[in-house]
Amino acid sequence: MTDAITEPPASLLHLSISPHIRHPGTVPAIMLSVIIALVPAFIGSIFFFGVRSCILTCASVAAAVATEWSITALLRKPATVNDYSAIVTGMLLAFNVPPGLPVWMAMLGSVFAIGVVKLAFGGLGNNFINPALAGRAFLMVSYPAAMTRWSAPLSGTLSGFSRAVEGVTTATPLACFKAAAASGNLHSLDFQDALPRLFWGNTGGCIGETSAALLILGACFLWYKRIIGFIIPSLFVGTVFFFFWMSNGTGNFFSIRALSVPLYQILSGGLMLGALFMATDMATSPITPWGKVIFAAGCGILTVIIRKFGGYPEGVCYAILLMNCVVPLLDRYTRPKRFGEVKISE
Amino acid sequence: MFGTLSFRGGLRLPLHKDLTANLKIETLPHPPRVIIHLAQHAGTPANPLVKHGDRVRIGQVIAEPTGAVSLPVHASVSGTIISVGPFPHPSGDHMTAVEIENDGSEEKAEMLPLDKPWKEAALGEIVQKISAAGIAGMGGCGFPAHAKLSPPSNKPIDTLIVNGVECEPYLTADHRLLIEKTEEILTGSLIIRKVLGAKTTFLAVDAGNLQAIARILELLDGPKFKDISLAKLKTKYPQGGEKQLIYALNKKQVPSGGLPMDIGCVVHNVATVFAVHEAVCVGIPLYQRVVTANGPALRSPKNIMVPIGTPARFVLRHCGIDMGNVKKVVIGGPMTGLAQSEPDVPVMKTTAGILAFGRLDEAADIRAGYGHACIGCGKCVKSCPMRLVPSFLAKYVNRNRIEEAREWGVLDCIECGACAYICPSKINLVHFMKLGKYWAARQQKQGHFQV
Repeated sequence: MTDAITEPPASLLHLSISPHIRHPGTVPAIMLSVIIALVPAFIGSIFFFGVRSCILTCASVAAAVATEWSITALLRKPATVNDYSAIVTGMLLAFNVPPGLPVWMAMLGSVFAIGVVKLAFGGLGNNFINPALAGRAFLMVSYPAAMTRWSAPLSGTLSGFSRAVEGVTTATPLACFKAAAASGNLHSLDFQDALPRLFWGNTGGCIGETSAALLILGACFLWYKRIIGFIIPSLFVGTVFFFFWMSNGTGNFFSIRALSVPLYQILSGGLMLGALFMATDMATSPITPWGKVIFAAGCGILTVIIRKFGGYPEGVCYAILLMNCVVPLLDRYTRPKRFGEVKISE
Repeated sequence: MFGTLSFRGGLRLPLHKDLTANLKIETLPHPPRVIIHLAQHAGTPANPLVKHGDRVRIGQVIAEPTGAVSLPVHASVSGTIISVGPFPHPSGDHMTAVEIENDGSEEKAEMLPLDKPWKEAALGEIVQKISAAGIAGMGGCGFPAHAKLSPPSNKPIDTLIVNGVECEPYLTADHRLLIEKTEEILTGSLIIRKVLGAKTTFLAVDAGNLQAIARILELLDGPKFKDISLAKLKTKYPQGGEKQLIYALNKKQVPSGGLPMDIGCVVHNVATVFAVHEAVCVGIPLYQRVVTANGPALRSPKNIMVPIGTPARFVLRHCGIDMGNVKKVVIGGPMTGLAQSEPDVPVMKTTAGILAFGRLDEAADIRAGYGHACIGCGKCVKSCPMRLVPSFLAKYVNRNRIEEAREWGVLDCIECGACAYICPSKINLVHFMKLGKYWAARQQKQGHFQV
C-alpha cells in the first residue's frame, strides 16, 4: 500500500441518510409567509376600525408568544417561539374577535389557544383543532356579550342596517340577513349597496374578517408560495355559495337578486378568513386529496346548516372546529391509490 | 417523436450539472492499488479464483459467479494480488474484496469479441457473452444484466427502454456517454432488442439534454437505427426511476411488488447498454466505468473513466480536493447516494458518481434537534412519485406499527428521497421508509405480522 492512500482522513466524515441535499424551505419560513399574507387584512382593520384593532392584535400576539415561551421554558422543552407559529395564532385569534373586546379578554383567548389547545397536545403539528378558532370558541362561551358587541366601522355602517346603540355598535351583515330572513322579507336588504361594502370590508364584524378583498390578496401570496392549496378554500366557499344559491328564495336562479343572496353570504362573516386561513391550517386539515375534498365540503355544509337553521348567525368557526375533529378519520379512510396498485393482467 | 413525457408527482431540483455537463470523459491515471469487491451486483457474491501473490492482467477473471443471479469479476489493473479479505463496501459494511497492487505495465489479458457479427450470432451466445463480461445494471440497482435479458416464456417483452434520463443532480456520466458514445449506445440497444425480441425500443433522454438529443437525432436519421425511437422526458425528479419512466412512456404501472417484465417492459441504463456493446463488439468486459466526481468541495469536477475498484479518495484527489476540508463523501447521487465513513471505499460497477461536500450546510444536513414536528403540510404527499403518504408512513414506523405501514404501502417506496428533500420540518423520511421495509421483511421472514 502506498502512503498517499493510507493516510487517515484529517477530519471524521459525516454520515447521514439520503437525500444529501435539501430544499431551503423551513417551518419558520412557512409561518412567516402566513404572517405576511395576513398583513393586508391587518392594515385594512386599522383603516376600518381604528387603532383599537392594532392594540388588540398586538396584545393577542404578545400573549400568545409569552405563553408559548413560558410554557416551554417551564417544562424545559426546546424553545419553539422561534418558529413564529405563535404569532400566527395570536394574529388569527385577534382577527376573530370584535374590535370593541376588552384587551385582557383577547389575551386570555391567546393563552387558552396556545397553552391548552396547542401545547397541551404536543405543540405545533400535534394540535388536533385550530388553536385560534378554539380560542375564539372559548371566548364566545365565556364572554358571549362582549364577543357579540360589534363596533361600526369608522366610515359608517352599512346603510339599511339598524344601529343598536347610536354611533357605537352595529349589527353584523349576517345578523341583518338572519333578521331579514326570519321576517320573511329577504329583499328588504339593499344588496347593491351591501355587496361592494362587504367585498372591500367597510362593514361591521370581527377585526380581520370584514374585507374579502384584502384576505384574498393575502391568500394569493400563499397560493403563489404554494403554502395553501386551492381545494379547501374553493370547495368551502363554493359549497356555501351553492346551497344559498339553491335556496335563494326568489324562485329562479339567474336573476341578479338570486345571485346576490349567495354572494352576500360568502362575502360576509368569517367565511373568507375561515376558508382561506383557518380551514387551510396544515396541521388540522387532511393530508390526502380526497380527505381535503370531504373536509372542505363538510365545512361548507356545516356552515350553511348553522347559518340557515342555527340560532347563531355565524357558523364558520364551529364548522371548521367540528371538521377538525374528524380529520384523522378522513385521512384514514381516504388513503390515496398507490402507484402500481393495479391488477397484473395476463 | 414525442412531446415531453412525465409522471404524476416528483420535484424540480437544482441540477448542479453545468460544471461537468460539457467536460469530455477523461481517463484516470491508473491508481497504485485497487480493491475489487466480489459483491459488485445484486445477488450472490462471486467466488474468488486468485490468492495472495498471484499475478493478474487487465480484464482477467478474478472471481467466478456462484449461481444464476451472480456475475464474474475482472481485474481492472495489471499487477499482484496483495490480499483477499474484508474491505469497506459502499453499503457501509465490510465485505470480501480482492486487493491488487498495480505494477503499471497495463498488460492486458486476451479479450475477444463475439467470433461473428452480433446480427448473425445466436441469442444464447450473446447472453453468454454479456454474462461472462460481468455486466451488472449500472444505473444503481446492480441487477445482473443477463438475468434481465432472459425473461420467462410466459412474460413476452414488447418494449425495451434504454434509460438515459439522469435525474439525479450533480451527475453527468450518462449525459456524457450519450454525447460521446452515441453510436455504441444505439448499437448496444439493437443488440439487447434482438435478444429480447422487443417490438418497440425507446431511447429515453431528458428533454433538457439538447446536446445529446441533437446527436441522437442525427444518427437516428439513417437506416441503421430506424428501429429505435427517441423519447424526450420532462426534467423532473425522479424521472429516471424505472417505474416512473415506464409510466411516462406507455402509461402502464408496474404492479406493486412486481417487475417491469410483468407488463412487458425491460429497462436498461445507458451505461449498461454501452457495456453490452463493449463486451459483444469489442470484447472488453466490465472492468471500468464512467464516474462523475462532483460537489462543492472539488476544485475541478470531472467525468472520468475509472477502473472498477479505484478508491474514491484517489478519484477525488485527481479532481483537486483538500481532504482536510471534506465533511461528507457520497457514493452515488445526492438524492439516493450513500454517505461514506471511509474515503478509501472503492468504485463499484454501480457507482455513477462520487460527491464531496465541504461544509455540512452544503449537504444541508440535519443536526439532531434541528427538525420540527410534522406540521402536515402535505408536500411529501404531492412529491411522492409512488403516490404514498410519507408523513404517515414515518409516523407508523416510528411507533412500530409495521402492519399499518405495510397497509399504507411502505414496501412500494422507491427511496427516491423526494419527500425528505421537500420536507419543511426536515424529517429524515427516507430513514423511516428503510427502517419500515427492514422490519416488514423481518416479520415476513418470521411468518407473522403482529408486532
